[in-house]
Amino acid sequence: MKIEILGTGCAKCKTLYENTRKALEESGKSAEVVKVEDIPSIMKYGVMSTPALVIDGQVKFSGKLASVAEIMGMLP
Amino acid sequence: MLKQFADWLVFEIIGLVPGSRSGEALNFFIYDTLKIFLLLTTIIFVVAIIRTSFPPEKTKRMLSHKREYIGNVLAALLGIVTPFCSCSAVPLFIGFVESGVPLGVTFSFLISSPMVNEVALIMLWGLFGWKIALIYIGAGLLVAIFGGIIIGKLKMEKYVQDYVWEMQVGNAEIKIMSFREKLDYARQYTLDLLKKIWPYVVVGVGLGAFIHGYVPADFLARWAGRDNPFAVPIAVALGVPLYSNAAGVIPIVHALMEKGMAIGTVLAFMMAVTALSLPEAIILKNVLKNRLLAVFFGIVAMAIVCVGYLFNAIL
Repeated sequence: MKIEILGTGCAKCKTLYENTRKALEESGKSAEVVKVEDIPSIMKYGVMSTPALVIDGQVKFSGKLASVAEIMGMLP
Repeated sequence: MLKQFADWLVFEIIGLVPGSRSGEALNFFIYDTLKIFLLLTTIIFVVAIIRTSFPPEKTKRMLSHKREYIGNVLAALLGIVTPFCSCSAVPLFIGFVESGVPLGVTFSFLISSPMVNEVALIMLWGLFGWKIALIYIGAGLLVAIFGGIIIGKLKMEKYVQDYVWEMQVGNAEIKIMSFREKLDYARQYTLDLLKKIWPYVVVGVGLGAFIHGYVPADFLARWAGRDNPFAVPIAVALGVPLYSNAAGVIPIVHALMEKGMAIGTVLAFMMAVTALSLPEAIILKNVLKNRLLAVFFGIVAMAIVCVGYLFNAIL
């Protein structure tokens, strides 16, 4: 599984990254988590508000911060 | 009820004398802070629920290939309800122009979004009354509509950074939120926003209370009153580089108005602070060449100056 955190480096993007790591830790799942900060890659997903969470190429949400529990619910 | 509470706290519990400077300043501070936070919490929550129906992806589709005028009006209106944070101004801008939203229409959105919003509305309503709040919104929309139309007429597409036009933009599907999710989103949004703006509110109301209690009435009338023709441009020139949100500025300008600053000047200063700022210029530099950036700031600043004169003349 590959998880991408889209965001241009705002505070919320960092928190989303942390929350995603925690969600993985707590659920005992493993995934490659990458921060995507360059604009062309973010735009490729059609995301217009950051931060956004992408799991295996699919945009799960954008423009908000999700809690650890919410992210756990989205993990396949 | 809030007034009684503030009176009770300041004059009975803390024991300051009613009518004394320190007593009045503290009373004013406590009353205004409580009132503003109550209003903020309720209205931000309601607006956040409305916002869940207008994600930027949907707004983009509504504005795509719209003609000027109609497009500008619609963009300025959507600027009020579409959630926007200057930190995502770049992806938003690219998403708009790439999907065929005309440049002038995109600017109408970019001008209205930070300037006309629920926080400004609440603060103005709480401190100045609903008439001024509505006037501010109307004036903000006018600035956004005309600013966007003029930028559109100037045909400045070549002054958008070249890479923007070559960008490949995917099409994210719009998720329909359930009511439960909307409530969750709104709660989170309200908390985030309050967390972000509370220091501005406290400092703003504090400074306002200080001015209210300690600066002599009519202190500003001589310089910033209606009779000084330079007051409006100076207020705008001071406001443009300043970065704050409506929450911080409004309590201060409210106190300034009490001391004799004319209402048009007050509104112009507020608009300049919220609509334009140095950090915003730095962010937009990523997508705009210097010339367009300068034109954008110049046109919006001029439109705000006009609004200032207009309201000084008619109110």
